[in-house]
Amino acid sequence: MASGGPGRLLVVDDNKVNRLLLGRSLEQQGHSIEMAENGRQALEMMHARPFDLVLLDIEMPEMDGYQVLEKVSADLQLRDIPIIITSALEELNSVVRCIEMGAEDYLTKPVNPVLLKARIGASLEKKRLRDQQRELIRKFATSEVATDLETSGFSLGGKFVEATAMFSDIRSFTTIAESQTPAETIELLNTYYTLMFEAISDQGGVVNQMVGDGLMAIFGAPLVQADHCERAVKASLDMIDMIRLLNADRLAQGKAEIRIGIGIASGQVIAGYTGTTRRATYTCVGDTVNLAARLESHTKVVGKPILIDDTTRGALSPAIKVEAEGPFQLKGKTAEVQVFSVPLNQKE
Amino acid sequence: MNPPSVIDLPTFEALKEAMGADFISELVQAYFDETPQLLAKLQQALAKQDCDAFRQAAHSIKSTSNSFGALEFGAQAKELEMMGREARLDGAPGKVESLLTGYEAVKQALAELSRG
Repeated sequence: MASGGPGRLLVVDDNKVNRLLLGRSLEQQGHSIEMAENGRQALEMMHARPFDLVLLDIEMPEMDGYQVLEKVSADLQLRDIPIIITSALEELNSVVRCIEMGAEDYLTKPVNPVLLKARIGASLEKKRLRDQQRELIRKFATSEVATDLETSGFSLGGKFVEATAMFSDIRSFTTIAESQTPAETIELLNTYYTLMFEAISDQGGVVNQMVGDGLMAIFGAPLVQADHCERAVKASLDMIDMIRLLNADRLAQGKAEIRIGIGIASGQVIAGYTGTTRRATYTCVGDTVNLAARLESHTKVVGKPILIDDTTRGALSPAIKVEAEGPFQLKGKTAEVQVFSVPLNQKE
Repeated sequence: MNPPSVIDLPTFEALKEAMGADFISELVQAYFDETPQLLAKLQQALAKQDCDAFRQAAHSIKSTSNSFGALEFGAQAKELEMMGREARLDGAPGKVESLLTGYEAVKQALAELSRG
């Protein structure tokens, strides 16, 4: 994609001469232009039609540039439209204030066409990257994470949160993969992920990692949920149920059954976006997360599909039955850990 | 006054080159339409001692005048803008008068240049 390709631009200036000047320059550079005479009109137009970029004057009657920036930054629909401030040279203090309020860049009036072209090109390119990024997030993240990202912006910093971590894995997946064609394996994984995502999202969980045949999900972050323990356990029961349906289908087709193991642990986790501003994922780390992973692999030892820790068990409503499996020495843990299993048949 | 002293020719020529000769007359016409209104606003604001409106009108006059190379006129407007910003309009009446006179010269010069 060429930098500075044409865009739909909105020029906001109360002064007709300034509007004509900017509009003309931008049209000469191949952009399509609309104009507004004040902030109020500009906001109306931005709500009515999508713009790739806005050139905004500060001093205007009815609603000035600051008020526009304030409204735009509080508006999820508009806040990602880049705004370039056009101002007189001696208004540098105002420009600083505008940048702090979320403006992307500034140009001094009278606007130099070469600078105008460069700044507009750079801003449009950045917007395209952000749009692509948002599209990727829509595809690969849950709506909770996407919403959290949109409201918080891309702050990559982490925080401590109370949450429930879940690990799930297909048992003997390698053996299954060896017994079928690669296409069948990918199809199986896609079906499996679709079903697991549905079960997890239905309970408000977020899948934040998929590696091979394993996945990690988090409940209670980024969106706070008081009953994250219960939600995770309910999701795990739904997951097993969905695998049962999948297996019925596979048996009918003469294919091997699959089995999964799920480990769940609750407590404090460090959660945040890791990566770079170009590619970020919502990650949770900490002892709780490690414990969930250990419990998941311990399902093979115990021979029960769902194992949970004591903290999770303690937060469950009496309606959910659990069985004590006793204390175990888990890998990487100095003390023994109380482990509980969740029986599949809860209605008795 | 002859045109070059009122209008900075390099600025005007650069604008003309960037915008195209046809467009310059449209632009100059817009300036002729807008500036008298802004000057009227400036006078009204002065009469009402409305510093904010005074500052805004002066700001707008300054900004467009500079675009055409009416730099001296623009500087006069800027001075008024500052007076409005600092809310001290006591010395303003004389300066507004001279801005009105200054506009006539700018207008004449620009009319000549945009024809040429």
